[in-house]
Amino acid sequence: MSHDHDHEHSELDEMTLRVRALETVLAQKGYIDPAALDVLIDTYQTKIGPRNGARVVARAWADAAFRDWLLRDATAAIASLGYSGRQGEHMVVLANTPQRHHMVVCTLCSCYPWPVLGLPPTWYKSAPYRSRAVKDPRGVLADFGVTLPEGTEIRVADSTAEVRYLVLPMRPAGTEGFTEDQLATLVTRDSMIGTGLPLEPAR
Amino acid sequence: MSYQSHADLGGRPNAEPVRPEPETELFHAEWEPRALAVTLAMGATGSWNIDMSRAARETLPDYAQSSYYRIWIGALERLLAERGLVAADELAAGRALHPPKPVARVLRADAVPAALAKGSPTERPATTPARFRVGDEVRTRAQRVNHHTRLPGFAQGKRGVIEIVQGLHVFADAHAQGLGEQPQWLYRVAFSGTELWGNDAAPGLSVALDAWESYLEPAA
Repeated sequence: MSHDHDHEHSELDEMTLRVRALETVLAQKGYIDPAALDVLIDTYQTKIGPRNGARVVARAWADAAFRDWLLRDATAAIASLGYSGRQGEHMVVLANTPQRHHMVVCTLCSCYPWPVLGLPPTWYKSAPYRSRAVKDPRGVLADFGVTLPEGTEIRVADSTAEVRYLVLPMRPAGTEGFTEDQLATLVTRDSMIGTGLPLEPAR
Repeated sequence: MSYQSHADLGGRPNAEPVRPEPETELFHAEWEPRALAVTLAMGATGSWNIDMSRAARETLPDYAQSSYYRIWIGALERLLAERGLVAADELAAGRALHPPKPVARVLRADAVPAALAKGSPTERPATTPARFRVGDEVRTRAQRVNHHTRLPGFAQGKRGVIEIVQGLHVFADAHAQGLGEQPQWLYRVAFSGTELWGNDAAPGLSVALDAWESYLEPAA
């Protein structure tokens, strides 16, 4: 990707025209319903995003039976909260422990659990992340400002088929008695990919 | 001509940092959400499957130089052209010049929520017993193949352990080539860092990926 400003600017203009032309032709030919495009965009801007995943994690932190179900049959447990479908048809949840930290990548494209995390961030789709995560995960974590204890194992999950992975981070200390809503505010998107940790509760 | 993917990036030398982004930063140009939506809407017509999309994207000659949504648009134009759904002169003119071809479905606005909630599950009823069980040691195929595949280069010819039997799933390699679903058993296979990267592997590293049965042989 170029960092030359003029080049980027002309690419934007070129792409704006190119996508507009494509959209017009597809609509004129009756292949797409233009109103459906607006619904699709609105869905991923306002309805399907990482707050869904945060609710799943918060429930697992608060409810041991749900946590067990989530680790045994993530697809069904997540669907019970209303999150299912496209790019999350088959879910597996990976629980972090003091001994092992999980990190999720798709080295071959950008597979990502959309129903619980929404659209993947740019860095998740980028060459540096996809190249480095499977070989130097601690270096990647350092880019996110995260340092794990030296002895912690790191397991990287490469999403090479249609199974999608969600990391269940460890519940932060000092959250005893928190409601699920309070817990959910501590769950960051990156902590559910494994490139971050949950927020610490305010003191 | 031989099949070449430009997308198999795992373990490639890359000195660039990963640049974190806030959760709310979904798009970086106004055309990007439109690119997402036209890609999803055309995918819903059933004119191709997701593995064909991935094959079209990963073989774009300018893959490495392109932003992700630009890759999506390049692949979408290619898939449309290959099927005669949209011609190059129409894209240049920005309007339809030829009669449309029939498509299997058109995604209407009111059907979007249900279509997204349903998705496209790839698990199929088991018709054959699984060859491997959890704990079995396996070796991945070492040869490269001349078509779309989902075994990353860094994991070719490597010894690993079956961790999860994921069920019978649509076989991406066949599906991408238009050869039907040909479902196979899919397995979660874990590899040690040293198996993948040798003695200078990061301490405590292991990598797991999903591999279809035909990618695997029992480890000798």
